[in-house]
Amino acid sequence: MPAMRDAAGLYRQLCRIRRFEETVLDAFPTGVFYGTTHTYLGQEANAVGVLAHLAEGDLVFSNHRCHGHFIAYGGDLRALFAELMGKATGVCGGLGGSQHLHWKNFYSNGVLGSTAPVAVGAALAEKAKGSQALTVIFLGDGALGEGVVYESFNLASLWKAPILFVLEDNHIAQTTPTELALAGSISARLTAFGIPCRELDSSDVQELSAAAGEEFGALRQAGGPRALVLHTQRFGPHSKGDDTRDQKALDKIRAERDPLTIHGGRLASKQRASLEAEVRAEVAAAFKQAQADPLPAQ
Amino acid sequence: MTTVLESLNRGLHQAFSQDPRVYLIGEDLLDPYGGTFKVSKGLSSQYPDRVWTSPVSEAALAGVGAGMALRGLKPVVEIMFGDFSALIADLLINSISKFRSMYNGQVEVPLVIRTPMGGRRGYGPTHSQTLEKIYLGVPGLRTLVANTLADPGDLLCKAILEDPGPVFFIENKLLYLNPVLAYQALQDFEIELSTPAESYAPTHTLRINGAPPAALTLAAYGYMAELAREAMLRLAFEHEIFCELVVPCQLSPLAPQGALDTALANSLQHTQRLLSIEEGTYTLGWGAEVLARAAPALPGQLKAARRLAAADKPIPASVPLEEGVLPGTHEIVEAARSMV
Repeated sequence: MPAMRDAAGLYRQLCRIRRFEETVLDAFPTGVFYGTTHTYLGQEANAVGVLAHLAEGDLVFSNHRCHGHFIAYGGDLRALFAELMGKATGVCGGLGGSQHLHWKNFYSNGVLGSTAPVAVGAALAEKAKGSQALTVIFLGDGALGEGVVYESFNLASLWKAPILFVLEDNHIAQTTPTELALAGSISARLTAFGIPCRELDSSDVQELSAAAGEEFGALRQAGGPRALVLHTQRFGPHSKGDDTRDQKALDKIRAERDPLTIHGGRLASKQRASLEAEVRAEVAAAFKQAQADPLPAQ
Repeated sequence: MTTVLESLNRGLHQAFSQDPRVYLIGEDLLDPYGGTFKVSKGLSSQYPDRVWTSPVSEAALAGVGAGMALRGLKPVVEIMFGDFSALIADLLINSISKFRSMYNGQVEVPLVIRTPMGGRRGYGPTHSQTLEKIYLGVPGLRTLVANTLADPGDLLCKAILEDPGPVFFIENKLLYLNPVLAYQALQDFEIELSTPAESYAPTHTLRINGAPPAALTLAAYGYMAELAREAMLRLAFEHEIFCELVVPCQLSPLAPQGALDTALANSLQHTQRLLSIEEGTYTLGWGAEVLARAAPALPGQLKAARRLAAADKPIPASVPLEEGVLPGTHEIVEAARSMV
């Protein structure tokens, strides 16, 4: 998706994720969605920056917080709304719901860490088949508590899987701050397995995209695995209304780390306003269409 | 004479030779060792690129197999002892068995996970269990179990090449050295084969040749079917009690009025007595399901129903103590005598 790498394209994608997630949180209390949701608010630049470098045929594995990854991958907004509404037109016909999406080469699962070996296996399969496809997997800091993740790092390194591990450290797992859950450092956990690891603490989509581009380049040239550790900020609750963080700290995070503010400042204000208006209309239309869509036949 | 072990090994070789998408991953697979129970012998020499010996990481192996299967390969994962299936339970329950359904039928998972179960070798509480019952209620997973009547290698090869998966393939340690039985070699028995519509895994019904009408139906699978066959002969020759034995290869899923239901109903119509026999623990076991499925087939006519299973205890290492926990031929004979 090279078109998405220009400044306006990146901003449009950031806005699409933001507006989608805001719509989900706003509309949840009305009962239009089933189950629960885990929004990507604040982390948009990670998905957009990293997935801007996907080539046709590359694979993406994602977790419970998958809407942003799915949209940045190119997933359809109406189908995603519809999936959350349990509609027949949903990404998985309403069978998967918010956390279990599959479309083209995109796969997500809500059991943290369980996706790591599956993604490594998929990457190894692509290598065995002689395809040039790379695999990207998004894992959060919470998933680093699961042992199978380390088995997967080891196998990926041992068997040279063409995979990019993207660790999104948003400093909080549900309500537990990372310092209560994680000893040592994240990057040391990767380098211990011989996986080259680049670390960024940024919400700037251009900075993230540039780093990811280099990682993809190295992966395509020299094989894998490789890792990107992205220290980031989650603006919203873990799911809905379960944020136990101090409001002042949240306000500060929002003021300092909003990917839309950071990148939006690079666009001419007129262009920015018209992009935002277009995205608002697009998301609203997708939401409306999904609401009108039929429920699956039993 | 071919042993179950040789047959399974041949089945693997056959699958490898017929389809370049077949891979094997597991621990200690490389020749000359060829896997702890030698089922994988010769494969790493013949197909070095497709046999991946691995670290001791069962959960990741199951996941890697799932990922390979999602992407069009046909992986086989060997779990060294069935007891270690507990280590892959999350992957089995929340990923492997779910992908096809939760992704709305857009994917297949042609993955076979093979593992040996069972005791009687003095391996103690964590290397002797029969744990498949834990997984029998998991939707989206086919559980097959080898026996000596349905060629085990053939069954395994079909599971690898033809099944859209996923398949949990159970082998019994004590069965490995038993001969695969040609029907004609089983001179004492008459064998009826019900080929189920929903599966390539056959269910067999055995009767003693020329015997009077049977008074009792036995149901058993895997190695317990061997002991049940021995018990049938003793019951006939020493006690003049004649039985029929139903032996399924597929433990799950069980279709309503599928092969097992049909074979049981056909036999129970004239015996009206059912004894289920398994090596797993008694409570909430396979036998409970078998009895519950058989009962509605004969409303008001089932005269006796009993389950024989391992005691609800960890399996001791000491062989005499182990024998006290696991059901053997003697226990089958005594249970049958108590019912007729």
